[in-house]
Amino acid sequence: MNRYGLKEKIELRINHATHHIEVDVRDTLLDALRDQLGLTGTKRGCDMGECGACTVLMDGKPINSCMLLAVDVMGRNIMTIEGLAQDELHPIQQAFVENGAVQCGFCTPGMILTAKAFLDHCSNPTDDDVRQAISGNLCRCTGYRKIVEAILDAASRLRRGKRHV
Amino acid sequence: MSSWPSAQEAKVLGKRVTRLSGVDKVTGRAKYTYDIRLPGLLYGKILRCPYASAKILSVDTSKAEALPGVRAVVVVDENKTCRFVGDEVAAVAATSTDIAEDAIRLIEVEYDIGNYVVDEQTSMKPGAPKVHEDRENVRPGGVNEQGSIDDAFAEAAVTLEATYSTQVQTHMCLETHGHVVEWDGESMTVWASTQAVFGVRGSLADHFELPADQVRVITEHMGGGFGSKFGPGVEGVLAARLAKEAEAPVKLMLDRKEEFLAVGNRPSAIAEIRAAASKDGRLLAMDMKTYGTGGASGGAGFPLPYVYTVNNRRRQHSDVFINAGNARAMRAPGHPQASFIMESMMDELAYELGMDPLEFRRRNDPNEVRQGQYTVGAREIGWHRRNRNPREMKGTLRRGIGMGCGLWGGGGGKGTQARCTIHSDGTVEVVTGTQDLGTGIRTAIAIVAAEGLGLAPEQIHVRIGDSQPGLPSGGSGGSTTTASVTPVIKTAVDKARVQLLQWVAEEMEVEATALTVGDGKIFLADDLSRNLSWKEATSLLGTDMIVTEGEWDSNLRQSGVAGVQFAEVEVDLQTGQIQPIRIVAVQDCGLVVNRLTAESQVYSGVIQGLSWALLEDRIMDPSTGLMINPDMEYYKVTGSLDMPDIQVIMYDTHRKVTGLGEPPVIPTAGAIANAVFNATGLRFRSIPITPDKVLTAYKEANA
Ligand code: FES
Ligand code: FES
Repeated sequence: MNRYGLKEKIELRINHATHHIEVDVRDTLLDALRDQLGLTGTKRGCDMGECGACTVLMDGKPINSCMLLAVDVMGRNIMTIEGLAQDELHPIQQAFVENGAVQCGFCTPGMILTAKAFLDHCSNPTDDDVRQAISGNLCRCTGYRKIVEAILDAASRLRRGKRHV
Repeated sequence: MSSWPSAQEAKVLGKRVTRLSGVDKVTGRAKYTYDIRLPGLLYGKILRCPYASAKILSVDTSKAEALPGVRAVVVVDENKTCRFVGDEVAAVAATSTDIAEDAIRLIEVEYDIGNYVVDEQTSMKPGAPKVHEDRENVRPGGVNEQGSIDDAFAEAAVTLEATYSTQVQTHMCLETHGHVVEWDGESMTVWASTQAVFGVRGSLADHFELPADQVRVITEHMGGGFGSKFGPGVEGVLAARLAKEAEAPVKLMLDRKEEFLAVGNRPSAIAEIRAAASKDGRLLAMDMKTYGTGGASGGAGFPLPYVYTVNNRRRQHSDVFINAGNARAMRAPGHPQASFIMESMMDELAYELGMDPLEFRRRNDPNEVRQGQYTVGAREIGWHRRNRNPREMKGTLRRGIGMGCGLWGGGGGKGTQARCTIHSDGTVEVVTGTQDLGTGIRTAIAIVAAEGLGLAPEQIHVRIGDSQPGLPSGGSGGSTTTASVTPVIKTAVDKARVQLLQWVAEEMEVEATALTVGDGKIFLADDLSRNLSWKEATSLLGTDMIVTEGEWDSNLRQSGVAGVQFAEVEVDLQTGQIQPIRIVAVQDCGLVVNRLTAESQVYSGVIQGLSWALLEDRIMDPSTGLMINPDMEYYKVTGSLDMPDIQVIMYDTHRKVTGLGEPPVIPTAGAIANAVFNATGLRFRSIPITPDKVLTAYKEANA
């Protein structure tokens, strides 16, 4: 049977909002986010699970959204870069800006979400821990140094923040 | 003649300023070409030739056109000869990417498949398959000769005969090449992932025979170019043709595989060298036969000799064509190749002479800046720790230290127009037609304007990346952007300040020359208590505004930068892995506009140089003509785990702006290869130095 163009209605939970959309069964989560919902903060670098630019959080875990079919993520909680900042920038975002961890910025949303998932579980990482955590995210511009520094800085901001609450 | 403020006077110039687009980029709000969405947008896809050499006999698009959702199909050229796998044949626009891909598969092309050749050596052999029917595979250049090679060799204490080579590298920008095109009658708006907004405008206007002002090109943000994104390319023209045919906007972004195959690379370089040096450590002569491939029709030039003085020399260079994607400019075109070759050779000669490799360089390097950098770099890396007898080292894990050098121009040039507008509500707008590749020129412009007006960079509204205001600027290449653009911004801003001070002088009843700006105020220079706030001052304009244009002032910039890098590596002789431990990059940079982004450029260059030295390689399969690693998994690039400790030393020698984007990528590979030798006594004359090469060489050395 020719399944070209076969459509399916699905429900997606993204950044705490529920969306009802119709997708081609071949559409990935990344396709749905970018082309249907206009959440273009999630980047497409390879579409093959190799660069990490499309990283989003699924139930808190970083995943390559180009590697999952949209029809398969129903019922999961997805967070994209657009959902990270509340009223003000998240400490990780703030640290990326201030440490100069952003150049062209195309890898940045994926890096930040990877860092978010990592720092949720590891509050006091070493340089090596951070490098390990982001090893699935490629950056062609920065040379990684300032990204690592930003994540370490974010970790200490988050620790300080916690003490206050 | 204008000049930049001194380091003492400068308030923001040369400080660490976070980039203006930072918040947009970390929140996902920054819109790249890939992110442009328009009502009724169609998605484009290119059909590419699956053969390394094939003449198109016929193209039947009828089935593709009949597929529901397909809105336009265009053929590049019915009579085209495709010369590499990935050469463009046709393109489709459809209501979704999936449908466009389906449609591509329905296009029927009849090819006359030819013989092909995908490596330089085979291509140069007599009787090799011809890449072009009407040309030879080898395009030989003339012989360049100076001094007397034979006399020099006769007096030499040591001579060396060696062949060095560097591989093809691809740009691998994270955002692929692509365009979104929307026509409105005979005018088009193009969102382009480009490093030359005006270049794309000019090329598309030419192609469609339109007046340039009927093409508007917008590049608000772009995800890297590294030299590969200067023009619309075939893909941009196809996007525009599809949009015209479909009468709807079309987005055509390449996929990752297309990136590797078709939109540029750094050509290979091979140098067969005979060299001679005297007992007292002078490089006497170089006799060079060089060649390289830039693919099916690209050139493969590189400078040689490089950096050092060689009075007696002879060189003949040839470009070799093969059935592979064409070269495009890539970060410091030609220079990393030249540096790897020259620095490896220098190192070998020094060891032959029994001379400290650094001392040997000092004796042959005419550049004073680098002479100073040698001292700094050697101290920081701990040059005295290097191995004196690399061939006698023992153990499985071995460490060593090496070095390499580079030079670049980066002085920029005329051709940028810019406008500074001060509005009566205090808003300052600076507009020009340059674009930000990620280097941070947007922020540099704001810094220069802020410095001139006594404001903070965030207070400057910088509008770039759009051809619409009609203020041209050159492509961002050759590390020329800063030196081309900032002098024009400065002169525009200086004029605007002078005018504003006139208004304020009248109001305060003082001489305009007695006034100065700073901290968001206008002061009387010798009575700081008499001042107006910026807003009070600009409100004097009433219904007027100040509009000025700048000129390029060559006195504000300088060309010519030197750089030196020292590398320390650890080689594991059991696995063949090379782990760079530390790299010290001493980079001449002229006047630093923004220290934060300037340092970023150096880190970035070092990592790309490292990546090229150890990992990256476009591997072509001679039996099928295919690139066998057109993806980010098997085309290896440095990840966060490969990153060594990098020490960046900005070696400011003067207060004129100079470009910095390219030079730091130049010395790294040579420094690493020389460090590997220093660690193991194994000389690698060809990069990338992969573990298999290390293990093979080690085995042979111990056989
Ligand atoms: S786009 Fe998903 S990993 Fe690259
Ligand atoms: S900042 Fe450009 S890819 Fe990371």
